[in-house]
Amino acid sequence: MSEWTDKRPMSPHIWQWRWHITMFGSILHRMTGVANYVGAFVIVAWLFAAAAGRDSYDQFATIVASIPAQVILFGFTLAMVYHTINGVRHFVWDAGHGFTPKLASLTGALVIVVSIIGAVAIWILGGLIPGIDPLGVAGQ
Amino acid sequence: MKESIRTPLGKVRGLGAAKEGAHHFIGQRVSALALLFLVPWFLISLLLAVRGGYDSATDFIANPVNAVLILITVGGAIYHMRIGMQVVIEDYIARTSTKFILLILNTFVCVALFAAAGFAVLSVAT
Repeated sequence: MSEWTDKRPMSPHIWQWRWHITMFGSILHRMTGVANYVGAFVIVAWLFAAAAGRDSYDQFATIVASIPAQVILFGFTLAMVYHTINGVRHFVWDAGHGFTPKLASLTGALVIVVSIIGAVAIWILGGLIPGIDPLGVAGQ
Repeated sequence: MKESIRTPLGKVRGLGAAKEGAHHFIGQRVSALALLFLVPWFLISLLLAVRGGYDSATDFIANPVNAVLILITVGGAIYHMRIGMQVVIEDYIARTSTKFILLILNTFVCVALFAAAGFAVLSVAT
């Protein structure tokens, strides 16, 4: 731990600050980014299973269909949707807009709410929840 | 010897830009812009492609337009996440040796992941 030899003053540690929604949104952006990093392995694994042939693909599909895997996949969906929508928020900031504390807090909260609704909507409309398939896409 | 309190930035300020300081900043945003369109396309396609099991999945990947778009999506995502993970490592790992090992590992993992994705898509498509 005591590797730090820089004598210059440090900024206060993160937990010294009062909790606020923009800070939470920023931390979430990072966490979901790391989660999506892990999720990329799942996508590549799917491509690989398809390349490995029918038996490997069916094995992979069976694992993915299990409850723990479905929970992880929903988390991946949530992370992907949040990181994408909050990324748009970052683009607006890059253009120089949305920096007033009130607006930044509002968009921060909005992104979280919209992400949860978005992820649930994807699972409902995509027919990923057993027995619920409003668009008729679930097939067999 | 008295230690200077001047920051590295203060020492180089006014000496002119190295011309590539914003490389990762811009790369991260350009790849994000592409992914903003590619990821929703991939998500919808994936949801439809997995419905019919192995046959519909391989049909989807084997389509020439899909194969190219999948490679761009996966490639763009891996480029984006390599820069993102580099920032995370640089921010949280203070110990120089550990930091460089993790940075190199990050690069290796991303290259390997893209090679695996490329191999998989091409072997399904041909």
